[in-house]
Amino acid sequence: MSEKYLARSSAIASRLLGGEMMVMSALDSTFFTLNEVATVIWQAADGHTPMSAIVSRICTEFEIDPGVAEVDAEHFAEELSRHGILLVSDSPQEISSSPTEAA
Amino acid sequence: MTLMEEVQQRALQLGVPWAVHLDVTYRCNEGCVHCYLDHDDRGEMTTSEIKGVLDQLAQAGTFFLTFSGGEVFMRQDFLELVAYARLQMFNVKVKTNGVMIRQTQAARLRQLGVEQIQISVYSHRPEIHDAITKLPGSLKKTIDAIRFLKSQGLKVVVANVLMTLNSTDQSGVHALARELGVSYTLDPTITPKIDGDTSILDLRIATSDLNAVLHNQDLVGNVDEYCAAPSPVDEDDMDGYSCSAGHTSVYISPYGDVFPCVQFPLPSGNVRRQKFLDIWNHSPALHEVRSIHARDLPVCSTCSHMASCTRCPGLAYMEGNMRGPSAADCEKSFERTGIPSANMLRKAHLRTLTPLIQIQPLGL
Repeated sequence: MSEKYLARSSAIASRLLGGEMMVMSALDSTFFTLNEVATVIWQAADGHTPMSAIVSRICTEFEIDPGVAEVDAEHFAEELSRHGILLVSDSPQEISSSPTEAA
Repeated sequence: MTLMEEVQQRALQLGVPWAVHLDVTYRCNEGCVHCYLDHDDRGEMTTSEIKGVLDQLAQAGTFFLTFSGGEVFMRQDFLELVAYARLQMFNVKVKTNGVMIRQTQAARLRQLGVEQIQISVYSHRPEIHDAITKLPGSLKKTIDAIRFLKSQGLKVVVANVLMTLNSTDQSGVHALARELGVSYTLDPTITPKIDGDTSILDLRIATSDLNAVLHNQDLVGNVDEYCAAPSPVDEDDMDGYSCSAGHTSVYISPYGDVFPCVQFPLPSGNVRRQKFLDIWNHSPALHEVRSIHARDLPVCSTCSHMASCTRCPGLAYMEGNMRGPSAADCEKSFERTGIPSANMLRKAHLRTLTPLIQIQPLGL
């Protein structure tokens, strides 16, 4: 299976609240609350960390079975990419350091 | 409870200043007759001071950030401040009159991922709008701005403050917003000036006009439901707060003064002299605001409207007592339901008890 890379869109607002990430899309005002595991995936979605490395990290931090973690992470990435707030690609991406283009 | 309400509740429990209203200037290119601000520049925070405040707000956990004024574009660095705020991942809303927004500014706001732009429109008729703003040609420029912003795909809300001068133009502004394809919001309350001056309250619309607004299906949805008699007050209502000011939201002036809300000018600290979180966590004024539950309001806790009233503690404060009623909200509750508030009944009772003339016998 080919490696995947996740990158946060620049057209979002986000903030940690009580250990969980709150995310809102500026495009359609959809609001998401991410649980602790999803928050770790979100924070690691820097465009160049491979999905496999992110999965390993959540397995270690939360003692989750690797198979389950991989399925959960893929589901999470698909769901958020449908709303345009997470970008999924097959190659490393340059994540913008500033919100210069609302994707 | 909606997801947003749940999050708001969590912010309250965690003591997080979830929403901040930051006025970056009080200067303005319009001179609106009902404005509550003093437009002289008395020493605005510099670009770096505001960036420092934004750093502190991000650290404190603020999510919603509203930039307002004055007119925000009077500051040459305004877009730089928005860019910095977006780097800090705030959800940014901007309140403006739009007069200085052209295609370039609209494109940049879109590029920066601003969530919403709220623009004040007082009338669909230039002669009325421009008479209120005291800026000839302002309605045309404002409408042009809305079109520029809309063409960029930005969410625009037309904010229509109603007063005596435009009380017949509400439906015209609403129709204009529809034609422009943007949202519409109405505010029928003129508030005292931030320094306590109440002279502009004469501009408040007549009670008959307020009654019409509160019974307008286009504005309130289901009129029967909206105007129904208040439901009985329960213990949860008694434990509650009437507003988020000072609880999960706070206001910062262009001079760094911190108040619970722009409409609640209770001095709580200044970010030029103290760290924001020190003010938020330790200000005696904010602690006092937070200590007031509905059951602690001597008049309002006895009122049948308590659970559904939009009581503004800031207006109550400006009327002399932050634990007292806000007469403007009493009036709204009455015009909405036809049932007088406890405050109105009390005042009527006092009038019947107080003789018009008091005579003190000689020699006593």
